[in-house]
Amino acid sequence: MTTIDRTIAPTAQAEPAGSVAHASAGPGTAVVATIGAWITTSDHKRLGRMLMVGGLIALVGIGGIGALLGFERADSGSLLESGSIQQLFAINRVGLAFFVVLPVMLGLSVAVVPLQIGARSLAFPRLAAAGFWAWFAGMAMVITSIASNGGPGGGTSRFVALFISSYGVMLLGLTAIAVSLATTVLTSRAPGMNMRRIPLFSWSVLVSALGLVLVLPVAIGTVIYLYVSYRYNRQPFDGNSGLVGFGPGTDASSNWLGFSLTQPTTFIYALPAIGFFAELLPLVGRKRMPKRGTMMAGIALVGVAILGGVTQTQQTLPWTGSKLYLGDFFWDKLGHLLTYAFLFGLPVLGAVVVLMLAPMAFLGSKPKLSVPFLFAFFGFSMVLVGMLGNLLTGIEELRLLGTVFEEGAYVYICYGAILSVMGGIVHWGPKLWGRTMDPKKVAPFALLGVAATVLASLPYYIAGFADQPADAVAFDYSGPQNLWNVLVGVGHGLMVLTVLGFLGLALQSFRKGELAGDDPWDGQTLEWATSSPPPVNNFSTMHSVASAEPLVDLKPAPVLLEENS
Amino acid sequence: MLALPSAPAPAARRQLFVGTALVCAAGATMLGGMLAVWLRFRDEARAAGTAWLPKGITVPEVASNIMLFSFIAIVVFAQWAVYAARRGDKQHTAMALGLTALIGLAVINAQAAVYTQMALPIRSDVDVNGYGVMFYALTGTFVLFLIGGIVFSLVTAFRYLGGRTTEREIVTAHALYWNFVTAAFCMLWFVVYVTK
Repeated sequence: MTTIDRTIAPTAQAEPAGSVAHASAGPGTAVVATIGAWITTSDHKRLGRMLMVGGLIALVGIGGIGALLGFERADSGSLLESGSIQQLFAINRVGLAFFVVLPVMLGLSVAVVPLQIGARSLAFPRLAAAGFWAWFAGMAMVITSIASNGGPGGGTSRFVALFISSYGVMLLGLTAIAVSLATTVLTSRAPGMNMRRIPLFSWSVLVSALGLVLVLPVAIGTVIYLYVSYRYNRQPFDGNSGLVGFGPGTDASSNWLGFSLTQPTTFIYALPAIGFFAELLPLVGRKRMPKRGTMMAGIALVGVAILGGVTQTQQTLPWTGSKLYLGDFFWDKLGHLLTYAFLFGLPVLGAVVVLMLAPMAFLGSKPKLSVPFLFAFFGFSMVLVGMLGNLLTGIEELRLLGTVFEEGAYVYICYGAILSVMGGIVHWGPKLWGRTMDPKKVAPFALLGVAATVLASLPYYIAGFADQPADAVAFDYSGPQNLWNVLVGVGHGLMVLTVLGFLGLALQSFRKGELAGDDPWDGQTLEWATSSPPPVNNFSTMHSVASAEPLVDLKPAPVLLEENS
Repeated sequence: MLALPSAPAPAARRQLFVGTALVCAAGATMLGGMLAVWLRFRDEARAAGTAWLPKGITVPEVASNIMLFSFIAIVVFAQWAVYAARRGDKQHTAMALGLTALIGLAVINAQAAVYTQMALPIRSDVDVNGYGVMFYALTGTFVLFLIGGIVFSLVTAFRYLGGRTTEREIVTAHALYWNFVTAAFCMLWFVVYVTK
């Protein structure tokens, strides 16, 4: 038997060996050495933190732009210069997915997954580090290009070209991180951990990472076409106009990258939020997760969204008249229904399966609610509402395509995913920096976050039915259009405040939070079997696992209500 | 204090092979997506009654067919490297890897010959349907795949010649990559050079 390593003091960050080598040479040298160590790091815990912090800081800017656009729409386009509107819409949409949601999701995954599966490090850590810097550089160049009158709707050619190329660099970086993550889960699991014993969060990360590996290159290929076309012959891909439309309702000829910024592709980005919710269920129920295999199947089913991304398609469902599915219409309608149900319906079904199985974790036990679960539940709920909204978007007769309804679904999914990541930071904080966040102080941010998400999204579900167009600031419809748009602006602003407050609390916890034990949540998976924070190579000894909940195998009997491994 | 049974040293998990397979999958969807857009443009041009290929342009079939046959040789040599490495035959492994890289270079040369022979215009007044733009983007991306393969061959050869002869996984991963590039070229060859 091997005892778990407790020799590392919780206050001391377990860092790569090189980082402390210069500590004795004076404070200035130590600072330079520390910065150098962070820049050159390939340690997955540091990379994960860098991605998460970078993404959440980016959210402050992107949320601010969202708020600005909400108020601009309420004011019928009189606040901002009309020439910059398209660019703001573009950076808002691109930023939410690729500056914020994907980086924070990948960051949490990079930081946690190797610990969960008992790996000593990430597979191809230098590839992941290169991916991080490519993403960071790409993001910086996208922002620079748009600020310099480039990007969609921009008038300066070289900065439009810079926007297109840096968009590709950013996607390349994120793909590299996804390759590293998927390889880690597939090849670096602890002895005894077969695929059925993978923790549910890691499973969702595997499905999501495989999806990213397959979908993002399709977008990169499109970016190559757009770049060559923009530089040498703008006619085929409509030059700068080819970048403008990002929604499904826009004309196909001006919607080349739209598929990567709308549903169902966004389901893949948010998939770990579903896994995080499933991961916390048995912890709250304090028993092994019943029907774990079905839960894994549900999570994998959400991955069907990969097909929507790879084929670059938005399926729609014509729903006409009383002859639906009868007579001559039968085969035509059936064809529409099948593709629609397959590409749009199955992912939603997967999320519903997870939701339906959730109560089983609480049957026959005394649930012990935790703050991370609050975030996880709200995050999952918001993602699910976005997914359900997307089902409606595809029904042609509702005429929601090209309206703000689709934008509402997009924000629901993105903000839901961010709420989940915030929960993940609270949950796995002890493993990232060795201290806990004060639950009493953090809990209000979960409520604030969900309120912000609903405010930033729900009004657009309503305004979508009133035909408010997407990506436009001037429009007219009967109804309280000012109210809906002001509420959306307030929602985005509230999200910015939530994230700022959350980051402040995280910083406070990082500096003087309560020391966490090795297993503060009575965990079931391997990350709780090492010290908080873990040593450089995560585990001082290699562990062997015999079930999906290796730590439960070692704990006293009362929590073991159901054997399911 | 919790304690878990300690495990024996982990077995080799073919990390490089799996990573290469994922990269190949990513490359396949990338090229597949680009070919799909190509086909869509071609269909739209035909539906509009316009010529897809710009006037006066012919696709050099000899050079493109030679590229195809070269890939057959590449696959054979890459597999030969795997076979030789398994037998611990350092000399033949190195030779096979070197030949793979050399023929890869020859394919790039053939691609350059295609560019020269076609003299394909890319200006908007001549290239109305976007054939030129897409041709250069598609084949240029494929040349990047080739360069990646040549670098992979050289790295594998240097590692092997440097004495790491027990690490056969990299040779297998190298062969997998070249198999993928060959399959990708077969798709590209059929769509771009055969059906035109």
